[in-house]
Amino acid sequence: MRVNPVKRAYLALESWFNLSFGTDWNPLYHLGTLSFFLFWIILVTGIYLFIPFHASLEGAYASVEWMTHEQWYLAGVMRSLHRYASDAVVVTILLHLFKEFASGRYRGFRWFSWFTGVPTLWMVVTLGITGYWLVWDELAQYIAIGSARLLDALPIFSGAMTRNFVSGGMNDRFFILIEFLHLLGQPLLLVFLLWLHVKRLSNVNIHPPRGLAVGTLLALVALSLWAPAVSQGPADLESVPRALQIDWFYLNVYPLLEVWPPQQIWMLTTGITVLLMLLPWLPPKKKEPVAVVDLEHCNGCGICFEDCPFDAITVQARTDGARYEQEVVVDPDLCGSCGICAGACPASNPFRSARDTLETGIDMPQQPVDDMRRQTREAVAALSGDEKIVVYGCAHGLDVDRVARADTAGVRLICSGMLPPTLVEYALKQGADGVMVVGCRENDCYYRFGNRWLKARFAGERKPTLRARAERQRVCVHGAAETDLRAVERDLERFRARLALLRAEREEWVAS
Amino acid sequence: MSRQPLRFLLQAFNYALFMAIVCYFATSPSIRILDDDEAVLTIAFAHAGQLREPCRRLSQEELNQLPANMRRLEDCPRERSPVTIEARLDGEILYRETLQPPGLFEDGGVDIYFSARIPAGDHRLALGLNDSVREQGFNLRLERDVSIAPARVLLVGFDQKTGFVVTGAE
Repeated sequence: MRVNPVKRAYLALESWFNLSFGTDWNPLYHLGTLSFFLFWIILVTGIYLFIPFHASLEGAYASVEWMTHEQWYLAGVMRSLHRYASDAVVVTILLHLFKEFASGRYRGFRWFSWFTGVPTLWMVVTLGITGYWLVWDELAQYIAIGSARLLDALPIFSGAMTRNFVSGGMNDRFFILIEFLHLLGQPLLLVFLLWLHVKRLSNVNIHPPRGLAVGTLLALVALSLWAPAVSQGPADLESVPRALQIDWFYLNVYPLLEVWPPQQIWMLTTGITVLLMLLPWLPPKKKEPVAVVDLEHCNGCGICFEDCPFDAITVQARTDGARYEQEVVVDPDLCGSCGICAGACPASNPFRSARDTLETGIDMPQQPVDDMRRQTREAVAALSGDEKIVVYGCAHGLDVDRVARADTAGVRLICSGMLPPTLVEYALKQGADGVMVVGCRENDCYYRFGNRWLKARFAGERKPTLRARAERQRVCVHGAAETDLRAVERDLERFRARLALLRAEREEWVAS
Repeated sequence: MSRQPLRFLLQAFNYALFMAIVCYFATSPSIRILDDDEAVLTIAFAHAGQLREPCRRLSQEELNQLPANMRRLEDCPRERSPVTIEARLDGEILYRETLQPPGLFEDGGVDIYFSARIPAGDHRLALGLNDSVREQGFNLRLERDVSIAPARVLLVGFDQKTGFVVTGAE
C-alpha cells in the first residue's frame, strides 16, 4: 500500500512524539485542546496586564515599560507568557492544519470544520496584530502604518487612514478603539468562530491531558524567565526605526509592503485563504453511503446516539407506532459513514437469527453487520494451524491482509469501532483461537472515537460490552498506522505465543 | 537507561525545541527598514480639487421654468477637478500622480499619501500641485532648501490657506 510523502512525514513525526510522550500525551493528538489551553493562558495573563496598562498615546509605552522592568517578577512574566503563548498557539494551529491535511481529515463530511478553521486562524492573527499595536513602540508604529496602508488599499476605505499616522494625526480615541478591538471585539468573534469550528463534533474536549498542560506551561514560564519579552524604542511618528525585530508568527506580511504594493499583498493573502477554504472540494470527494436506521430492529436505546462522533444521530419520539418510546434518526449531511453506530447497536448480535440474514437497528449499506458475520465465518473456516487468528482491521490503518497467512486471516472494516463485541465472541465460537483488532494508532482514530469506544466496550466500561464468555486472553487490540507493519507483526507474534501457551495449559489440564 | 527517564529526557528536548522555535521567530530575523544615512519623505494630506466648471448665474427665463421652491440664483456643477501633485528632490522627480476625485458624482476630496526613503542631508525640494482643469501647469508651488537628519521624517502637508507645509526639516 502506497502512503503519500506528506502523510509519511506526518506519521514519522507522530511516531517521534509517541516515543517521547506516549500515546496519551502525544501533543499531535491534542493540538486542538493544546490551542485552547494556550488561549486560557493568553486570557488570564491578558486580564492581569489590562490592570496596570494605560490606554493612551502618552501612557501606553510607559505602563508597559513599568510592567516589564519594575514589576518584572509578575507583570513582566505575565507579559512574556502572554506573548509566547500567543506565538505558541500559531504553531499548534499550523500543526493542527498540517495534521488534518496530511491524514486526509478535511474532506467530505469534515468540510465544515476545515472551512471554518481558516477564518479562525486569520482571526487569531489579527488579534495578535492589535496586541502588538497596544505597546505603542517602534514596532507598533511600523505595523500601525503598515495596517493602515493595507486597509487604505481596500475600496471600502477612503484612503485617509494612513494619514492618521503622520506626525500629529494620531489621537487617544483611535488608540482606545484598538484596545476595545483587542480586548473585547476580536476575542468575542474568536470565541464564536471556535464554537462554529467544533459545532459538528460531539463530546468536544477542550482540556489537554494534565501532564501535557503542565509541561507546556512550565516550558513557557522557563522561556519567559530566560528571554523576557521586551518593547523596542518608543513610537515617534517624526522618525522611522532603522531596524526592527518582528514577530514572524503574526507580522510576516508587513515586510512585503517594502517590495509589493498593498493590492498585491491582498491578492496573495486572499488567494491563499480561498485556496485553503476550497481544499475540501479539490477534487470533490465521493460521498459514502450513510448509516441507515431499521426501525423494525431499533428499540430506541440511544447507544448509537451516545457513540456517534459527529453528532449525526438524534433521538426523537417513535413514529412507527411500535411499543418503544423513542427512535433514532440519522442526519445524512453530518454522518461520517464510520459505522461506529452499527458496532454500538445491541441488535448487531451475530448469534441472532443465525440462519437468516442478520438485520440490525442501524447499519452501513456498504458493509452491513451480516456481511461482517459472513466474512468472519468464511475467514475462520479457511484457517489452518495450531493458533488460528482473525485480525479485524480498520480501513484507515494498516491493511490487515498484509499479515494474513495460513493461520491468520484479515477482515477489513470501515472503522474498528464498528465491530460489535459479540462478533468477537462469534469468531471464537466459530473456531478461532484468538481475535486481534487493529485500529488506527491509539488516540488518533480517523473517526475520532472508534478505537477508544472499542477498548471501553472490551473493558466492560461502555455498552455494548464484550461478555465474559469471550476469554479476554484470546482478544488483543493494537493501534497501527499504514506504515506500522513490523510493529503489528511483532505484536501478532507475541499474541501467537500467548495463544500457544493457553493451548499447552489446556492440553495439560485435559491430560490431568 | 530505563524507559521512563529516557522519555522524560525526550520530552524535555521536545519542549526545549518548541520554545526555541517560538523564541527565535518571535523576534528574528530582524528587518532593515532604513540604511544609516537614509531619511524618509512623506507627503500626506487631503485636498478637494476646484469645481470643474464655475457657478453660472441663471437667467430670469431659466428661473421662471423652475418650481418656486427650487429657484437658486446660481447653478453649481458638483464635479471637481482631478488633483495632480509632483515632488522633486534635487531636480529629480520623486513622486508624480494625478488623483481622480472619488464619489459617484466625482465630487469628493482626494487623499494623498506617499512615502519614500531619501538620502539624509541637504536637498532642494520642489513641490507642485494642480487642482483645476481650467489652469495649465501647477497653480500652487513651493521650492525650498531642506536639511533632513538620518531616520527622520520630512513631512509635506497642505493648508488650504497657505498651501504646502513642510515640517521635520532641521
